[in-house]
Amino acid sequence: MTVSLDCEQVAKRLSQELPGSVVTVEKPAIVIRTERLREVAEFLRGNPDFEFNYLANLTAVDYLDYFEVVYHLVSLTHNYSLVLKVRCYDRVKPTVPSVVDIWRAADFQEREVYDLMGIVFDGHPNLKRLLLWEGFVGHPLRKDYL
Amino acid sequence: MEIEGHEPALSAWNIDVLEGKRIEELRVASQQPIADPDNWLGAELRRNILLTTVDYAVNWARSRSIFPLMFGLACCAFEMIATAASRFDIARFGMDIFRWSPRQADLMIVAGTITWKMAPAVKLIYEQMAEPKWVIAMGACAISGGTFRESYSVVPGLNRIVPVDVYVPGCPPRPEGLIHGIRLIHRKIMSESIGKR
Ligand code: SF4
Repeated sequence: MTVSLDCEQVAKRLSQELPGSVVTVEKPAIVIRTERLREVAEFLRGNPDFEFNYLANLTAVDYLDYFEVVYHLVSLTHNYSLVLKVRCYDRVKPTVPSVVDIWRAADFQEREVYDLMGIVFDGHPNLKRLLLWEGFVGHPLRKDYL
Repeated sequence: MEIEGHEPALSAWNIDVLEGKRIEELRVASQQPIADPDNWLGAELRRNILLTTVDYAVNWARSRSIFPLMFGLACCAFEMIATAASRFDIARFGMDIFRWSPRQADLMIVAGTITWKMAPAVKLIYEQMAEPKWVIAMGACAISGGTFRESYSVVPGLNRIVPVDVYVPGCPPRPEGLIHGIRLIHRKIMSESIGKR
């Protein structure tokens, strides 16, 4: 199993290196400012103290007030794991920056989230429906679907 | 090779749009269940006297060497695989080999949940099978959509898209259940006449 990093400490480090990027720390996760996501991702991937080189999972949650996109990161070098979240308050066209060029694994997972939650990943090379067919109306995993 | 400024007729996007259109068309066309071909049940066998012996021989041969189609859509497929494996040994009924090609098969066992995205493929495979052909709907999902009946993506019953001869209930049905279904198919074959089919 991986060692899950203490989010308080990582958040402190992030605030030092990239001031203003952290919104808050929830118990098992760090909430990142949406427009700073790519910066934080590049830092966590590149910095030799972390080297989060593997995106294990990417998913999204609908809290009705806002959407939350969740990133489960794993460092295969140090055997660490960490959870990042970003929030998005727009229900009509929620937009989150894409991390496909940082972690290739994000490709299909972002398409799945786009398909079922309707979150647009800005900068994704091939953002179209993955599980449902073209022409399907709506995004079924949203709480207000039907 | 892509030529500059020339949109290929079937770009990846066009293929997606066409697929979406096909699925929507099938969805609209399959709102009502297709009637089950079950008139052989309880019906008196009215046959040409001359044909009965020929019928008997042909039906005997047909029913003892059914070639099922290798075709699993969800969890039920594992019970179908178990039926084919050594413990339940479907070879006892002359069904040694699951065929990979619909052109060589005459029994379609639909084992599992059918999604609308998969439905055109299921229908196409059914149409590719040569006559005579029979269909078993295996498990709650194939019969009626099962737990996912109300879902946005699941076909509420195989009989919306192809006619079904035998329904095998269960979630999943045990191999004994499927074997019972296959025996019913045998009975149906024995009641048929080459003069009519
Ligand atoms: S009927 Fe049950 S076991 Fe069979 S495919 Fe549906 S959920 Fe799975």
